[in-house]
Amino acid sequence: MTDRYTRLANGPLKALVKTLGLPSPVPLRRYRDGAYLSEPVLVLGAGAAADAYAQILLDNGFEVRRKPTSEKLSAVLAFFDEAQTPTDLSETALEIGGALRGLVRCSRVVVFSRDAHIAPERPADVDPALNAARSGTLGLMRSLAHEMRGGSTANGIVVSDGVPMDAPSVQGALWFLLSSKSAYVSGQPLHVTTADGEATTAEALAGTHLDGRVAVVTGAARGIGAAIAATLARDGASVVGVDVPQAGDALARTMNEVGGTALQLDITAEDAGRVIAQRVGAPIDIFVHNAGITRDRMLANMESSRWDSVIAVNIDAQLRINAQLTEAGAWGSSPRVVSLASTSGIAGNRGQTNYSASKAGVIGMAAAAADSFAAQGGTINAVAPGFIETEMTATMPTLTREVARRIASLQQGGLPDDVAEAIAFLAAGSSGGISGTTLRVCGQNMVGA
Amino acid sequence: MTQSPQPAAILGGNRIPFARAHKQYARASNQDMLTSALDGLVARFGLAGERLGEVAGGAVLKHSRDLNLTREAVLGSALSPQTPAFDLGQACATGLEATVSIAQKIRLGQIDVGIGSGVDSASDAPIAVSEELRGVLLELNRAKTVAQRLKAISRLRPSDLAPALPSNGEARTGLSMGEHQAITTAAWGISRQDQDALALASHQRMAAAWERGFFDDLVTPYLGVSRDTTLRADSTQESLGALKPAFGRGLSATPTMTAGNSTPLTDGASTVLLSSEEWAADHGIEPLAYLVDAEAAAVDFVTGTEGLLMAPAYAVPRLLARNGLTFADVDVFEIHEAFASTVLTHMAAWESEEFCREKLGLDAPLGPIDRDKLNPNGSSLAAGHPFAATGGRIIASVAKHLKETGQRRALVSICAAGGQGLTAIVEA
Repeated sequence: MTDRYTRLANGPLKALVKTLGLPSPVPLRRYRDGAYLSEPVLVLGAGAAADAYAQILLDNGFEVRRKPTSEKLSAVLAFFDEAQTPTDLSETALEIGGALRGLVRCSRVVVFSRDAHIAPERPADVDPALNAARSGTLGLMRSLAHEMRGGSTANGIVVSDGVPMDAPSVQGALWFLLSSKSAYVSGQPLHVTTADGEATTAEALAGTHLDGRVAVVTGAARGIGAAIAATLARDGASVVGVDVPQAGDALARTMNEVGGTALQLDITAEDAGRVIAQRVGAPIDIFVHNAGITRDRMLANMESSRWDSVIAVNIDAQLRINAQLTEAGAWGSSPRVVSLASTSGIAGNRGQTNYSASKAGVIGMAAAAADSFAAQGGTINAVAPGFIETEMTATMPTLTREVARRIASLQQGGLPDDVAEAIAFLAAGSSGGISGTTLRVCGQNMVGA
Repeated sequence: MTQSPQPAAILGGNRIPFARAHKQYARASNQDMLTSALDGLVARFGLAGERLGEVAGGAVLKHSRDLNLTREAVLGSALSPQTPAFDLGQACATGLEATVSIAQKIRLGQIDVGIGSGVDSASDAPIAVSEELRGVLLELNRAKTVAQRLKAISRLRPSDLAPALPSNGEARTGLSMGEHQAITTAAWGISRQDQDALALASHQRMAAAWERGFFDDLVTPYLGVSRDTTLRADSTQESLGALKPAFGRGLSATPTMTAGNSTPLTDGASTVLLSSEEWAADHGIEPLAYLVDAEAAAVDFVTGTEGLLMAPAYAVPRLLARNGLTFADVDVFEIHEAFASTVLTHMAAWESEEFCREKLGLDAPLGPIDRDKLNPNGSSLAAGHPFAATGGRIIASVAKHLKETGQRRALVSICAAGGQGLTAIVEA
């Protein structure tokens, strides 16, 4: 599972790697190694939310410390939600710094803040100092993520004004970020914009929290799609895997492994959404738009077939299927739609104008469709994977692949399972307050940062 | 048993694309292909790990080691290992007989769900040792002393080492199936042009069915093949007309049967999922159609009284009569195209007053069959004919066709070696 360099750097070449100051990735803790670490969690910050979360952690079986300690720690929760000016960040920021050396491998820092307004069209009545404090918190979090060592991560939970700090989705986001399911998520803010979502616990979110849900996954035959199907099935969902008829044998194998149902269908077919609704024959609770293709060419050499097929599969089919499922009344009572974007859709990538257009399109679609899904009690989000170890990336030139791995803060590629875990989290009942967002699963790769 | 039979629903099917012998599936065994076809079916209906009532299957060309072929395929599949299975054989009717067997068990309430299946590889054919060598080897096995062993070996002659290859010749006549059919074709005066036209329609209709995605939920790719490889969408009456005769060259009549209007040797496997209505409802599956009844027939081809492949001509009227039906009540005729001329002779027989009176004992002929109702999605001339897999292909396809078109009733007919034939009624 870990790449060769990571194995060597943690084995025979450990001393050499340290002496030369080479990248020193560590094997990440993942769900199969257990959901949560056992060491205490340090909760920093003096406000009401910090106190509330100290209690919530205790209620969920974590050991909690409220003061800096010399003990080994599994996580630091830092609350900046009451910061009014940038100078308010100082005390808690420096306390985080003091705790970093006490963190065990694959530990977590989670920074809580209120939403900053940074888009230019936002109203001008926001207090600049307040906004600077909020925005500054995320800057702190992102740089801290770069400084984390030993497979540890730093992420933020950003809660909109008016949403209680202990809203279901804030708690759900915390359990996800504390758990090994977020192994390859670092440097990312998770935005909670409403108080919607089912109440959950650390234990529930680590268990079969999708019991009874019907999930459709496109592109489910192989790679990331197969991992998504397996993860949703592990969490209790009944999975219907969709892939093109030509991939039917791989799809059948995957579906038989996860106890799912195979649906051979070209999602670019005009009536694909209606066919899915009819074949699934039950309300669809979760829809994962994973199917995607690349047809790379420099734009100067791009044939229309390459451009058009990428747009057709990666974004146009998603829009049409969503619309047809809505039209057919095929959604369950609180649908969760998760679409696969890509860091290429954020940063752009040479030779991928078509792909980047489609993936940036996914990000735009998720943002714009949030309101219509909210009207149905549901959510829609995107997940943007960075460098993920798949059959596809295994064929990249060695040097390019090595660079792509090491320029992430976690200094390694992610696994399909890492993407799948993020999707299962967004599909959870507790994630009702997270919609229209794009969550990167990239190990804080420099690309698209 | 006092209850009346319950309906046996056809829920769907799965097959691997059929491939010309000695091509893509040359190294695949019957067990490999049947296991894959089963796994595709299991995935399509989300049955991984489920214990089903029973799986029936078989192969015509069968290795001696494959005595439990279907059970071994089940064990290798994603089904629960607690799913029982049995093998059966009725030459080319094997797949249909397996499906009918499962349907009858469901109708009787013995099982509530099962799979009818069939597989054949003309590539991975069983090759046996000669009878003489077999005798020596068995003798050696029984020998207790060195002298006895030497005596056994001394009987061996170099010619005994030649392997015994499977043949499609009839055991009692030595004639191949094609040569048998050539006699029947000539006797009924079936024209070359009619045969080629039937073959062309088969290719065109099956190509159209593939194009519109008809097989998307009936077929799962296998070994890189995602469509039937014998299918020739670009066939024309001219290209078929240009082929040289392959059978009947020794007869006095002009030979008419070519490689184009005869089925090629093919590898493949097919499966059909059947259940009670209750099981289907419990699993949220809407039945495609129902397997209502079946009738087998056999003819005396050995003495030459009747053509080798004419048995369905006898089975069909009996089946229809038992169900109080005539051709007018049938919307779709699925007649297996062993050879184009087989279908055409059956149809000619049903139109013949003399045949229907003399051979079938009927007052009037059954009548003609509207060509538009015949094999609407193509048949074996286009798909190929992996012997035991043809029944499953036809049943799943025709059940889906009824569902799709809203038509009511289909008549299925398959001729088989040994002068046999099996026919069935499928209803929406």
